[in-house]
Amino acid sequence: MNITDSKYSAALNNYHQKIAFAATEDMVLNMGPQHPSTHGVLRLELITDGEIVKEVIPHIGYLHRCFEKHAESLTYQQTIPFTDRLDYLASMNNSHAFVMGVERMLGIDKDIPKRVEYIRVLVCELNRIGSHLIAIGTYGIDIGAFTPFLWCFRDREHIMGMLEWASGSRMLYNYIWVGGLFYDLPVGFEERCREFVDYFKPKMVELNQLLTDNQVFINRTANIGVLPLDVAINYGCSGPMLRGSGLKWDLRRIDNYSVYPELEFDIPVGKGEMGTMGDCWDRYKVRVDEIEQSLKMIEQCLDRLQNELKRTPDFDPRAKLPRKTIPKAQDYYVRCEGAKGELGFYFMTDGKSEIPTRVKARAPSFNNLSVLPEIAKGVMIADLIAIVGSIDFVLGEVDR
Amino acid sequence: MNFEEVKLLLVEKFGANVITGEETSGLQHALLIEPDMIGQVCLELRNNTNTYFDFLSSITGVDYGTEINRFGVVYHLASIPFQTQLTLKISKENNRCLNELPSFPSITAVYGTANWHEREAYDLTGIFFEGHPDLRRILLPDDWEGYPLRKDYKNAEYYKGIKID
Repeated sequence: MNITDSKYSAALNNYHQKIAFAATEDMVLNMGPQHPSTHGVLRLELITDGEIVKEVIPHIGYLHRCFEKHAESLTYQQTIPFTDRLDYLASMNNSHAFVMGVERMLGIDKDIPKRVEYIRVLVCELNRIGSHLIAIGTYGIDIGAFTPFLWCFRDREHIMGMLEWASGSRMLYNYIWVGGLFYDLPVGFEERCREFVDYFKPKMVELNQLLTDNQVFINRTANIGVLPLDVAINYGCSGPMLRGSGLKWDLRRIDNYSVYPELEFDIPVGKGEMGTMGDCWDRYKVRVDEIEQSLKMIEQCLDRLQNELKRTPDFDPRAKLPRKTIPKAQDYYVRCEGAKGELGFYFMTDGKSEIPTRVKARAPSFNNLSVLPEIAKGVMIADLIAIVGSIDFVLGEVDR
Repeated sequence: MNFEEVKLLLVEKFGANVITGEETSGLQHALLIEPDMIGQVCLELRNNTNTYFDFLSSITGVDYGTEINRFGVVYHLASIPFQTQLTLKISKENNRCLNELPSFPSITAVYGTANWHEREAYDLTGIFFEGHPDLRRILLPDDWEGYPLRKDYKNAEYYKGIKID
């Protein structure tokens, strides 16, 4: 049936008119979908006046994989591999959030063994480092520094290797299950992980010398793309994006989920050291500092996993797996701190089947990207690249 | 401010009709709001110094099934200063005719987050938001037919003459 009511097509017509007008008055420039600095398939339509960007119109959806449709036709356990593909750079964090929501609805979240919880946090923090390393490395390459990219990927490779050892897969792990884990950590993982931490710490110092304090890098990022705190909150920005604007808001501390209350860590925030608070450099610096905090958390997890929660021959990470995953009828919104920000899942269940009636994924990158037209008004085209890079979105999560 | 206090505050400000019900059986409680009032309710909850729900986490468009023909929108608010969360729900009956989409007021004027989230709800569940500045499809192409997250949606067989397997 054709839709005839004009109010449903008014917005589309307005958009076409705007582009047609801009094509004669100004210039319309397409960035993407196949542009190296858009980090995936994102198309930015720029209305430019010379070198100045008058307006940015993001077009997303090139990587839409119907996550929500899949999630409402599959059981919870079957949906976990799909959550891995949301933010594919930090898959562990996605599964952790999803699984936590299901466990709370089932009421088994308090029965999960401590060792399982610590392993979950350990792999999540490892994955967070991996994700931030990509953010930093590719940000360098956007600005024109090639070396940090290679260094970051070299170090990330160790993390990928370790997580592959644990789960059998390099990026899309399906490791965290409802009620437990796929497997216990392989024998020798804790020692190998400790070696990595010792190896990686001096590498971070090197990386800071190369990029963080680099005058060219500072000139390209300081005072660029300033995101004021009120705008950040209004647009639902979260994670390093919100903390870069100076607010200490980290759901690991606010919600105190999993074993995070037992771990000691700081929440780095942007201070405007090189320019204005909330500029690109601040957002970059928050990620660098978060890597250090994640390393701290990993060490604490390893301490416990090697001492009081040591592996025992009879430990079964699948012992608490529920036979039937049927939560009672309710709506539940779970949120947790993914690598990019507040990752939320909203479940609607009918209490009768193992398949939810509606699942909504609240992706942090989706919200972080939505602020781009606001902060990119009136910047130079070259600076737009710096802003886009500093948002650090993953299109798998934006498009879902 | 807890759930009961928020309820009292809204009734005091807008009258008893503003709240049409509540859901308190699950882990998280939800307030059912009169659909036409949602914009004012959100503005009040955001600006009131006792609530400060300044962060909109997400907006979910929901199709409640083909039997009851009801469409709804769920708002998840969070307060950064008070570290609290609140769920608001609005819903309306609709005959599923594609020329008469269920229509709710837009809250883009209150929260910037709502802009893309409402576009997504429009795109996937076919809910129209009155007063939205730019209500185009966001994830699917502009010429897509139908709304995939509706319960009566039939998978398209062709897109622009290309067979979909």
